[in-house]
Amino acid sequence: MMDDLRELYQEVILDHGKHPRNFRHPDDANREAKGENPMCGDRFMVYLTLKDGVVDDVAFQGRGCAISTASASMMTELVHGKTAAEAETLFHAFHELCTQDEPDIPEGIDDETMEKLMVMSGVRQFPVRVKCATLAWHAMNAALHGEASASSDQF
Amino acid sequence: MSDAILNQAYDVQRVREDFPILARSVHARKGKPGKPLVYLDSGASAQKPRQVIQAMTRFLEEDYSNIHRGVHFLSQTATDQFEAVRAKVARFLNAPNDRCIVFTRSSTEAINLVASSYGRTFLNEGDEVILSIMEHHANIVPWQLLQAEKKIVIKVVPCDEFGVLDMDAYRDLLSDRTKLVAITHCSNVLGTVTPAKAIAKLAHEHGVPVLFDGSQAVVHGTVDVQDIDADFYVFTAHKLYGPTGLGVLYGKYDLLKKMPPYQGGGDMIESVTFEGTTFKAPPSRFEAGTPPITEVVGLGAAIDYVEALGRDAIAAHEHDLLQYATQQLSQVEGLRIVGTAPGKGPIVSFALEGVHPHDVGTIVDQYGVAVRVGRHCAEPLAERFGVGPTVRASFGLYNTREEADALVQSLQAVKEFFGA
Repeated sequence: MMDDLRELYQEVILDHGKHPRNFRHPDDANREAKGENPMCGDRFMVYLTLKDGVVDDVAFQGRGCAISTASASMMTELVHGKTAAEAETLFHAFHELCTQDEPDIPEGIDDETMEKLMVMSGVRQFPVRVKCATLAWHAMNAALHGEASASSDQF
Repeated sequence: MSDAILNQAYDVQRVREDFPILARSVHARKGKPGKPLVYLDSGASAQKPRQVIQAMTRFLEEDYSNIHRGVHFLSQTATDQFEAVRAKVARFLNAPNDRCIVFTRSSTEAINLVASSYGRTFLNEGDEVILSIMEHHANIVPWQLLQAEKKIVIKVVPCDEFGVLDMDAYRDLLSDRTKLVAITHCSNVLGTVTPAKAIAKLAHEHGVPVLFDGSQAVVHGTVDVQDIDADFYVFTAHKLYGPTGLGVLYGKYDLLKKMPPYQGGGDMIESVTFEGTTFKAPPSRFEAGTPPITEVVGLGAAIDYVEALGRDAIAAHEHDLLQYATQQLSQVEGLRIVGTAPGKGPIVSFALEGVHPHDVGTIVDQYGVAVRVGRHCAEPLAERFGVGPTVRASFGLYNTREEADALVQSLQAVKEFFGA
């Protein structure tokens, strides 16, 4: 059982959880959405700077557990530089990985990106933690679509 | 009688044998044995003793039928047992009589009943309802719904850094505008037991009725609604080692009598015509539809169970656990206990520096330790203490010092894991 725990909290996740990347509010952000988990009180703002359909900058701020913070941090690294369509594809792939035993992964994601997405997939063994892992991703997706917020109630 | 003497008489290992679920382990898989369950989440819902389970099973197998309706044998038998529990609940709270006892679906519904029936009838724009900062959402949101509808004003009594209710602030909030006070008798997060009698006395000096949310308080001590002089008192069966789906509203009969129905339906009417309907007297007036009959029988067995163990003996045992757990937890570096009011109930909420409660919960769970993490349905209180979500260990009549040790050990594992 401790193996599951180690899989959930790998070094890379602990690192991102403690030292989140892109933990800031960019001045030129033109999209933002709040991600909220009312059950545990986790709350993130995700900021996007979309330029010509490309995610020119992506960052986040807020408060959450190690899983949600690490996932948000890794999300910013993965989504940066992608087109809006690619970012949405990554969201769907990540959601599949976290929730499905046999995930249906969209085409066109390179191996390196897949590997990074897979890091969080251990969360599948901990159903109540899936909402932590997907929180910032949902907020990012909401921001892409010009929506103001995403609540884990609706995930 | 001193605590020590009481504790010697209290055989927790025998008590544990009454709770079949406590013998199970969790997270067993692929032939690997699991971890023994360490259930420290009784504040969310308590486990059920065999006596309760068997009483409900026996009732369903032998005596079940609908109540208050049939002329047949079983209907009478079931009605008698159902009503006997009403009388038992009245004795349990030292209510003057059983007509003051209304069965609801939960504490939440009991509060909604008062907010809806009493509140909508007797509260008007600008009238004030006083709550406290340590309320469960169940004693906040019903009043907010009333606020939206009737434009009443909600006032909030603060607490100090230990979690003690600020009685001076309460006294200052009471005024001619105050029309109702609704305050917890024991905080589900801090464990603070509020001075119910003093709260009621001050309110009554202003002619204001008081509702107490006793969901936690009835579990951990003896409650006497007449001594407190409570106007309304609510609690729920499932935290008292009884079944889910059943709450209790105690109300002074003079108040209940002048309150209109909360819901309409069968069993609460005298006569129904399409020109108009007349309603029964309380408590029937507030019990529309078929109630949770089997659950009421289960509550009766739960009350018998805690009374047989002795409510003072239970309180002494839990007090010992609280003191022991507090002492052990205090030795964990970076751990901050939220809520240290004198005389509090056996509930310990805490934050562990550098580790989010959700992560704490997941890891201690792998060691078999069940705790609650989050804001415990009391978001304003979490904000008050500036800690956000916390971990909550709540102790019940079946918990042991060894289980407190298991919690502390699992927290050490959390700290190692996170290097905190």
